Amino acid sequence: MTSSVFSGWGQDLPELLRGLGVALQLTGLALVLGFPGGLLTALLVSRRNWLAKLVGLVIVEVGRGLPLLVLLYLVYQGLPQIHLSLTNFLSAVAAFAWSTAAYSSEMFRSSLNALPNGQREAALASGMGQVDTFRFVLLPQALRIAIPPLLNLAVQIFQATALAYVITVPEIMQHAYFLGTVSFLYLNVFLLAGVLYAAVTLPSSALIAVLERRLSRHTSV
Amino acid sequence: MWHIFTIIGPGAANTVLLTSISFAFGAVLAIPVTLATRSSFLLLRGVGRGLVEFVRSIPVLVWLFIVFFGLPQEGLSPSPLVAAIATLSVVSAVYLSEIYRGGIAAIDRGQWEASRALGFGRLDTGSRIVGPQVLRVVLPPVATYGIGLLKDSALASTIGVVELTYRANTETQLTGKGLTVDIIVGIIYLLIGLPLAVISRHVDSRLRAKFSLT
Repeated sequence: MTSSVFSGWGQDLPELLRGLGVALQLTGLALVLGFPGGLLTALLVSRRNWLAKLVGLVIVEVGRGLPLLVLLYLVYQGLPQIHLSLTNFLSAVAAFAWSTAAYSSEMFRSSLNALPNGQREAALASGMGQVDTFRFVLLPQALRIAIPPLLNLAVQIFQATALAYVITVPEIMQHAYFLGTVSFLYLNVFLLAGVLYAAVTLPSSALIAVLERRLSRHTSV
Repeated sequence: MWHIFTIIGPGAANTVLLTSISFAFGAVLAIPVTLATRSSFLLLRGVGRGLVEFVRSIPVLVWLFIVFFGLPQEGLSPSPLVAAIATLSVVSAVYLSEIYRGGIAAIDRGQWEASRALGFGRLDTGSRIVGPQVLRVVLPPVATYGIGLLKDSALASTIGVVELTYRANTETQLTGKGLTVDIIVGIIYLLIGLPLAVISRHVDSRLRAKFSLT
């Protein structure tokens, strides 16, 4: 071993940090679009109308059933076949948002199902409408149950943004690979990339664990 | 459409190979990892937990690149398939060990205490009393993880393993019919995952009957 695996970290870090910025943007946009999408599809799936149910199920099952990599290719290379071309960044946002919606949909659905039926019945009986019952009685309680898994999903989506590398979005891995082709110290630069991911993931997961413990104090279920 | 299917289809062989070998290695390797994280030796427990957290905190793609592009720098040059199997085995060992750990925790303490009281040793208690019960508890999440691993195996295409996604990608670039290609490859993934789900449900219900646990 002629050089240590840490050599070059100083020069590489600023580049990779720029990639981290893009990765966080991707994550943020995916969550902002994906979480409401997930709630919406959860409501669609629980409808009695078969068409609504079918639409919801297709969105969820395709989003969860296909590898995220294939989903990315589908949006970036597949949609142009029907004359819908998105830039690589927007394709990545769309694919990650789709994935977020699909996975969070199940979390919303199971947390809504976890509520005792009496909550809905009592709200309706006290004269609240369907919408108000959902908005003011069911949703706040369901969210409390869903928050820890949703946050864990957010961390997973952040990790998944590494995949955007394959459609040349300038996130961490894209920068890392390029730096590797210049210095040939692939091990060093990919390890540094790994450290960056861990630097975001580990504290986030620890915080989520704390939050989960505190939230569970207030749930009666 | 059928033409595209015949071109991508053979990639399924490598996808299945990669997934099943990594899954088998992972399922076995996960046992010592689980035992380490549950050890009464602080040091061993610390190493085990550290390993689990460390591996999980870094995306699989990054591990794959560290192994495939990074290790040659240290004189180790695995082929794409070997690199992918090695990476996915270690990653799945870590994730599966978390599932095993949860499964062991789900078994009532009384099971341990009762079998110890009846004179079973630690090993016998683990393998004959608690083990089979853990097996039943973890089977559904392990099967779910297997399907997740099937999807993760698509990552191997990025280092040149000629599996489903790799073939789909080449075909897209050749024909420009990305949507058709990706729908077909998606259907193939679903078809591979389906038997896995069905078998796990079948085995689960048989184990349920055998151990008559609810």
